[in-house]
Amino acid sequence: MRGFPFFLTCLLVAAGVFLAARWTENGYVFFAGYVVLQYIVLAIAWNILGGYTGYVNFGIAGFFAIGAYTTVAVEKLVPLPLPVVMLAGGAVSGLLGLGMGYLTLRLRGVFFSIATLAMAVVAQTFMVNWDFVGGSAGAFTIRPMTTPYFGMDYIRYLFLLMLGLVVLAVVVARAIERSRLGDGFAAIRDDELAAEASGVPTLRLKLIATAMSGAFMGMAGAPLPFYVTYLDPPSAFSLAYAVNTIAMPLIGGTASWMGPLIGAVLLASLQQLVTVTISSAVNLLIVGLMLVGFIIIAPRGIIGWFGIGAGKRRRGRGR
Amino acid sequence: MSGALLDVAGLGKRFGGFVALEAIDLAVAAGERVGLIGPNGSGKSTLVNCISGTLRNETGQVRFAGKVMDGMAAHRRTRLGLARSFQLPRPFHSLTVTENLLIPIEYVVHQRGEGRVDLIARCAELLEMVGLAGRGDDLPAGLTQVEMRKLELARAMAAEPRLLIADEAMAGLSHQEVDDILTLLVRLNDQGVTIIMIEHIMRAVMQFSQRLVVLVAGRKIADGVPEEVIRNPEVERAYLGE
Repeated sequence: MRGFPFFLTCLLVAAGVFLAARWTENGYVFFAGYVVLQYIVLAIAWNILGGYTGYVNFGIAGFFAIGAYTTVAVEKLVPLPLPVVMLAGGAVSGLLGLGMGYLTLRLRGVFFSIATLAMAVVAQTFMVNWDFVGGSAGAFTIRPMTTPYFGMDYIRYLFLLMLGLVVLAVVVARAIERSRLGDGFAAIRDDELAAEASGVPTLRLKLIATAMSGAFMGMAGAPLPFYVTYLDPPSAFSLAYAVNTIAMPLIGGTASWMGPLIGAVLLASLQQLVTVTISSAVNLLIVGLMLVGFIIIAPRGIIGWFGIGAGKRRRGRGR
Repeated sequence: MSGALLDVAGLGKRFGGFVALEAIDLAVAAGERVGLIGPNGSGKSTLVNCISGTLRNETGQVRFAGKVMDGMAAHRRTRLGLARSFQLPRPFHSLTVTENLLIPIEYVVHQRGEGRVDLIARCAELLEMVGLAGRGDDLPAGLTQVEMRKLELARAMAAEPRLLIADEAMAGLSHQEVDDILTLLVRLNDQGVTIIMIEHIMRAVMQFSQRLVVLVAGRKIADGVPEEVIRNPEVERAYLGE
């Protein structure tokens, strides 16, 4: 499928999801669905760096929270429409990704991962000490009851925005996979030295990946203050975001955008279900169990069962 | 030598206290076929790494096609036409054989702005050339060591280089396969590609090289006509001992 028909298909599917959620006439579906959608964006964003170029980022909570705190700061300065604020959050986190990439991409493997984790800790310390956005006491954001658009319920509005972001993330991730950029990412993941010898500007490509990945995480975090209405550093920078987000592509498969999508839908939905039916503390246990289980039964993720990912197999793709 | 395609002058490289290369001078003219030999650990691969930008030399200068290469990233050197194959094949293991060749075509050939090539046809042509026809959809894991060496060479050739450095492209190959690769390299040379061949198989080096350069313990001890170089007492001593 070419780019535009694929985009239209995504929009149709998204519209279907929204209508189905409305049809249940249960407000909680939107509330829980928002979290699932947010994790789809996070998982796809993580996969741009982690799955395509092979650099494992543990600092997800940092990018995510910086996006959320951008919203808090913007709200205090000049209240703007939420989609604009999301773009701002994406820009700030994207820049953070670029900076982090520039400082840490000399490191490989586990050393890079530790550096990203350290970045999240530094960002959290910074926020704890920045009183303008609430500091350690946290910040309240007032969530309006309805939006100016069609008088829509605000949670539905957040759900819709996140749904739009999911479509954007899927379309971008798929476009990367089919482009020269995606080929370069794959070359870096497989062998950086050989990639460089084959003319791939590895540093520049890695910076593009960290910036794009960070930007999507920031955009996913930007609506958070309106969703939770109270944001404090320990919850915004919670390690659970990182653990969940990394588990999702690993469960679904890292070779294609479908992997993180499937993994996020599966894991996040299950978590939401368990939170309601059993207890919220079982969440992380589920992540652990599913990770262990899937690494045994599906080392290439769920999409690996269907042969997606072993060689990109794009015969006849004349360009 | 000012007319040289590759001009290495006074190149030195240390690893901590170990002097890997010391004051290497090497000029290669356009169209030449040069053999580079030396015992294990003599610095051949380090020299290749310094020329291709994988390692940075501490002293001296590398000039390629009149441009100073110092500090230039490896991928830019490849784009200028300086390609190399690795001694141990380093395929992109999650990509098919054809996709392995696509990387240098997309990132080198297309970047030169000489118009787009038909990717699939070009890959098939390269695979045919190295004798991997029909293996295009396989993953590198499915190749034998010999086939991986051929892939390594094909990937370097896919960048359409002006200078190709083949780092032990023939190790482990059978007599017939060595001849195949030799024929291939000579044909490339006929098309105007300058080639530096690093090799332990003396039969291949002697047959191929117009000039032979010998490295021993990080120094160049001989450089000249192959038949004369191998009779050089210093070279004999390095290979056969006192």
